[in-house]
Amino acid sequence: MTAQRSGDIRKNLDWSTFAITLALVACGWVSIYSAAYTPEHTAIFDFKSEHGKQLIWIGICAIIGLVLLNTEGEFFIRFSVISYVVVLVLLILVLIIGKKVGGARSWFGIGSFSIQPSEFAKTTTALMLAWFIAQTGSKFKALGTRLQAGLILLIPAGFIMLQPDAGTVLVFAGFIFAMYREGLSGNLLIAGFGAIILTIVAILSGASVFTYPFAGEQSGIYMMLIVLTILAGLFFLGVRTFTLPRYRKKNNRIVLLALVGALGFSYMVNYGIEDILKPHQRERIYVLFGMNSNPDAAYNINNAKAAIGAGGWTGKGFMNGPMTRYKFVPEQHTDFIFSSIGEEWGFLGSTLVIGLFLALILRIIALAERQRSQFSRVYGYAVASIIFMHILINIGMVLGIAPVIGIPLPFFSYGGSSLMGFAILIFIMLRLDAERYSVFR
Amino acid sequence: MNLSNRRYILSGIIVLFGLIFVARLFYLQVASDNWKAKAAVLTEEKIRIYPSRGLIYDRESELLVANRAIYDLMVTPRQTSEFDSLAFCELVGISMNELREKIDKAVRYSRYKASVLKKQIDPSDYARISEQLHKYPGFFGQVRTVRNYQKGIGAHLLGDFAETNPKDLKKDNYYRQGDYIGKSGIESVYEEQLRGIKGSKYVLVDVRNNIQESLSEGDYDTTAVSGSDLTITIDAELQAYAEKLMVNKLGSVVAIEPSTGEILALVSSPGYNPNLLVGAQRGKNYKVLSTDSLKPLYNRALQGQYRPGSIFKMVQSLIALEHDFITPQTRISCNRGIIGCHGAHSYDDLEGAIIHSCNPYFHQVMKRMVEQGEETSRFKDSRLGLASWNKHIKRFGFGTDLRTDLPGMKSGNVPDPSYYDGIYGELAWAYSTIYSISIGEGELLVNPLQMANLAAIIANRGYYYPPHVIRSIGNEGKPEAFRTPISCGVKEEHFTPVVNAMQKVIEQPGGTARRARIEGIEVCGKTGTVQNDPLPDHSVFMSFAPKENPQIAISVYVESSGFGGTWAAPISALLIEKYLTDSISDPRKEQRILDAVFLGP
Ligand SMILES: [Zn+2]
Repeated sequence: MTAQRSGDIRKNLDWSTFAITLALVACGWVSIYSAAYTPEHTAIFDFKSEHGKQLIWIGICAIIGLVLLNTEGEFFIRFSVISYVVVLVLLILVLIIGKKVGGARSWFGIGSFSIQPSEFAKTTTALMLAWFIAQTGSKFKALGTRLQAGLILLIPAGFIMLQPDAGTVLVFAGFIFAMYREGLSGNLLIAGFGAIILTIVAILSGASVFTYPFAGEQSGIYMMLIVLTILAGLFFLGVRTFTLPRYRKKNNRIVLLALVGALGFSYMVNYGIEDILKPHQRERIYVLFGMNSNPDAAYNINNAKAAIGAGGWTGKGFMNGPMTRYKFVPEQHTDFIFSSIGEEWGFLGSTLVIGLFLALILRIIALAERQRSQFSRVYGYAVASIIFMHILINIGMVLGIAPVIGIPLPFFSYGGSSLMGFAILIFIMLRLDAERYSVFR
Repeated sequence: MNLSNRRYILSGIIVLFGLIFVARLFYLQVASDNWKAKAAVLTEEKIRIYPSRGLIYDRESELLVANRAIYDLMVTPRQTSEFDSLAFCELVGISMNELREKIDKAVRYSRYKASVLKKQIDPSDYARISEQLHKYPGFFGQVRTVRNYQKGIGAHLLGDFAETNPKDLKKDNYYRQGDYIGKSGIESVYEEQLRGIKGSKYVLVDVRNNIQESLSEGDYDTTAVSGSDLTITIDAELQAYAEKLMVNKLGSVVAIEPSTGEILALVSSPGYNPNLLVGAQRGKNYKVLSTDSLKPLYNRALQGQYRPGSIFKMVQSLIALEHDFITPQTRISCNRGIIGCHGAHSYDDLEGAIIHSCNPYFHQVMKRMVEQGEETSRFKDSRLGLASWNKHIKRFGFGTDLRTDLPGMKSGNVPDPSYYDGIYGELAWAYSTIYSISIGEGELLVNPLQMANLAAIIANRGYYYPPHVIRSIGNEGKPEAFRTPISCGVKEEHFTPVVNAMQKVIEQPGGTARRARIEGIEVCGKTGTVQNDPLPDHSVFMSFAPKENPQIAISVYVESSGFGGTWAAPISALLIEKYLTDSISDPRKEQRILDAVFLGP
């Protein structure tokens, strides 16, 4: 590494990505200060407090960032396979010697310090996928190659499923975006995504009870089937309105086929779980979705929505939201931190946060697109996908429009592993982007 | 298709979800008030500040009713943690089963809101419990105000102050579950004045329902306004003495100050110490009192209805004089063919007839009033006569509520034509059918308060003030309604022969109420004996004193004790003497009453 190169880094660094990330981290820290506030620990540098500890993590991430920015991009490519394998080993190890937290065996405890290998699995899988696709080059069209790429995702996802940690597994599904960009069929994207979403929704709705007009309380699966049919109907109308007549017949057929497929698939998943599986097996699936380990899910969501609703246009102000201040939302400094943003900063503040996230993701996609190396591009898309899946699941959950699946909100949720994982993702991307002119010609 | 165009599809998906989130946020935060309301329910709490209830003083400014603190042990299920339930039960004094049941009930009501675990713990017990309470998080004491009866008298009059029932809560939204309300007597009539105005304090609570801070720096808070103190017309000393004399007897005493209508004493016997119905023992004591065969909770002074008997002859005399059916000199022979009589007399004038309580005399007097000869049909004539007689009687307050402020009174019965139509059929009765009312028997019913009020009317020679117990609400004095006299429709001059006769009943050798004599005080009275077959008659005495410028009018009922002069008259005399001279000249007379026991069969 030469002085010349490090000079290039500062000049070529995408400062806007850096600035957006920094803004998110700053907002996140302020939110943690408020959400985890205790009158005993008010000083900013009180390292017994959550906000103090998070400050240490931010410092560590800054150092990691500095190191990564000064690491040759070539290193990441070489490092891809090794790191992927190392993290896979850790994912296996954690199942054996990891400590159980909240029903899932996903943490290594080393003294008072604990680390979650699945947070790093996202990064290493992103690198591995980028390496693999870049290596195959134009051969990515071949079915065998695609299956191999799928296997790269499925192996770590499978081990994470065993912890179990449904949220992170879903994040892995986001990699399909990156593969789609590299040529994966759009139908496969839709079908794959559809199957995952249908499975989750079928399991969750099958386990819940709705009150229907006329029919009273029944399994939620019917609600899901009704909603699917309505969506298909809307699609059908959309097809009629926006497509040329000659394509209509074909499109209608597709919509109908998709509907029948989706209904049949959902019903089969539901039937399989409710009627074929034995109770203890079913229990395991529920645990996978955090439904058993968290019986207060409805309570959490209800209070989270109340906290957000209480925010109104401009919010109650920093440290002034009673729902946050008096801890009405469980896990409000980790998975449910968005509720305290909603209460204290209101619609304007929450929208700003969502805007920052969108800006970050779109900016990363823009960075990915300007790469000349396929490795960097695939990696960039993988980073964008990971962040997108996180906010999709987390904010969707807190707003009560996605199932309750524990997953951190990037840069906001309290916790070192998560913050470090995202910092590594972003800084590698920044480094790769910074050398886009000089390497991988 | 160029693969790089796929970035737009992907970006589009991402932006779409961003917009969905913003729309959802807009709904939750701006469009809907639902979630704001839910947050308020969770975080805000209105704490009611209870005003202190007004105290009650007697006419001499003696404190009768004070307040004292009592504690309800509350539990908030969410705040509890594992605890030694055996030690807890021992501390609080409940059984394990009871504890489990109450906590289950509390959980069913709310995990976050407090429920009562044990009601009405006396301060001394609570002091012992509260020392240990820190070991049991989630349990706390809530102070409540209950009454403390300083003299232990006037239970019926003062009334009950107890926890609201669902009906009370529905009727008036001032009350919340667990609040107390005046249930009867003065506590109930003057509830609104006594209770004051509740204050409120809005606070923010944390997730465990612990109060954290006041909401908006107390901008919405209101202060409590204490209830007004009441001064009542009762003379505590007289009331206590009357209660003492009535021990071991069934009956009542009502004493009125004629010049004002103020009730000086109102006793129903058997009574009870009102403190029995306060505090931890209330439930147990209430059960004992309500199942007692002598009905100590029943207020005979207002709800007892008796035939007036001979005393009614006073009213008949006055009406007949006023409407010129007789003069004081009118003599009527004691013809015992239709109606019996007693004593040696044959042809009395009015005074003699009152003194001898001559039944044929008053049979004849009322016959003149009812059969006036306006109609040729005897039936029609009696209808007309009875209708006007009824109106005259009612002006004496009989058959009315007297416009008193005491609740729950039974007004008695003064028959009118339609009443007899109901019994015998229209035009199927005449005076000869109903004549027993002429001597205060038959269908006539009066209560002891009305009887005392009659004494007050005669003492005043023609008018009365609605008998009342309120002397002053706070410093406002008494309501105008009680300061307006009501005429009985008989001119003052007609009272002279009646009053003279009433004095002679007591003073004359051989008078029926010799036992009511008091040395140095001119007492006027009339005995009554209410038939009570097959049991001994009720002894009744109505009197006032002194004759000129009367200070006290009184009615005494002693059930199933026999002739009016034997028991009711001496009790009246003792009360009059006590009230007027503040002493008792003949302790043997007092002892005789104290020793007497008339508790029915
Ligand atoms: Zn006679």
